[in-house]
Amino acid sequence: MSEEKIVSRGFTGRRAAHTEKLPPGQYVTPDFPVLSATPTPHVPLDRWEFTVTTEDGTLARRWNWEAFRALPAVAITTDIHCVTRWSKFDTVWEGVTIDTLLDGVQTSAQFVMARSYGGYTTNLPLADLRGGKAWVAFRYSDKDLEPEHGGPARLLVPHLYFWKSAKWVTGLTLMADDEPGFWERLGYNMYGDPWREQRYTGD
Amino acid sequence: MSWRVATLVERNRETATAHTLVLDVPDWAGHDAGQHVDVRLTAPDGYSAVRSYSIANAAQGNRLELTIEELADGEVSPYLSEELTPGDPVEIRGPIGGWFIWRPAQTEPVQLIAGGSGIVPLMAMIRQRASSGSAAVFRLLYSVRSPQSIIYENELAQRARNEAGLGVMFAYTRSAPEGWPRAPQRIDAALLGETAFAATIQPSCYVCGPTPFVEAAANLLIAAGHDADRIKTERFGPSAGGS
Repeated sequence: MSEEKIVSRGFTGRRAAHTEKLPPGQYVTPDFPVLSATPTPHVPLDRWEFTVTTEDGTLARRWNWEAFRALPAVAITTDIHCVTRWSKFDTVWEGVTIDTLLDGVQTSAQFVMARSYGGYTTNLPLADLRGGKAWVAFRYSDKDLEPEHGGPARLLVPHLYFWKSAKWVTGLTLMADDEPGFWERLGYNMYGDPWREQRYTGD
Repeated sequence: MSWRVATLVERNRETATAHTLVLDVPDWAGHDAGQHVDVRLTAPDGYSAVRSYSIANAAQGNRLELTIEELADGEVSPYLSEELTPGDPVEIRGPIGGWFIWRPAQTEPVQLIAGGSGIVPLMAMIRQRASSGSAAVFRLLYSVRSPQSIIYENELAQRARNEAGLGVMFAYTRSAPEGWPRAPQRIDAALLGETAFAATIQPSCYVCGPTPFVEAAANLLIAAGHDADRIKTERFGPSAGGS
């Protein structure tokens, strides 16, 4: 932003350490705050499923919990950045890469809508989910992912603001054209790059 | 969304730790009850800190009220609570948030459930209901540590007396007033059953407070038969509620 800021007389503030790891306008928290718009869905594992639907409506992939957990999983250590301005460094996860989940799926789609239990959705470019940059994570800090943090499984796309990392994820729908998800319809940015501070529509 | 310069008109103490800032915002286009704003403070060297705060008042011209809980180890709230002086400029942007809102066009019953300073956006809804002449029935269940930590105590009592269709219930977690019929306790199914609208009335539910409180209250609403689609939550974690 190029506009001139108004100096707040007497305000000194606290400059964070590790500023090279901290996107603009964020501060570091040791906690893992919970933010969600709805009650926490509690999804029994024997009813859980994850599906991939292509842009023409074809159900291309479907896993139950057992089959999903049989897929190759990887360990991930990453920083996460919430649009409400907290960042948390070096969080440790275990999950399945989206590359694995999309392996062999025929598509010319450019965009994806992630779908969650409870009705939450969020949109992302497909390219941001590929190339080992995104996962469906099921463990956090060496423990099964707790429901309030998105368990049994959540999307993990740590290079975008954390509302893109949909909790309670149950599927991906490939889309030819970009469409807004839940928060994106309510004034939040379509892409959400923390390093460009893309918090709200038009940022 | 661009930053604009507001001016502090006055600051009023609500409790030992909560203050209401009354701001004048030129050309403020109004807001919905339940929305919040970003507040930006900037040091002389250009360093800025931004926090989000819920709007406390009903839309009312250029007037914007924010009720802020002062966090002892906070970066922004102590400055806003103690140092900012009437007449000082402060940068804000907003209003933000299109989900956790109540609009006067809504006619269904409304159940509000607040934990601590989670009352602020819910108070904006109560005020908006009154100023718009809405006939929607509202009930507030407000959980606080002690009688001293009730924000807007006098106004809530007054409104509960004077405004038809508004019910206000308190729950105490640490210490209750003398003669209070219940021992201090966390919100549970029995308390909810006695104080909140039944699921059969199909109220829209708004729950706001610290994360464990919101988790507990939302789960109790679901267990009592309320439809998840009619429950909206706003949570703040230890560090996420503005500091």
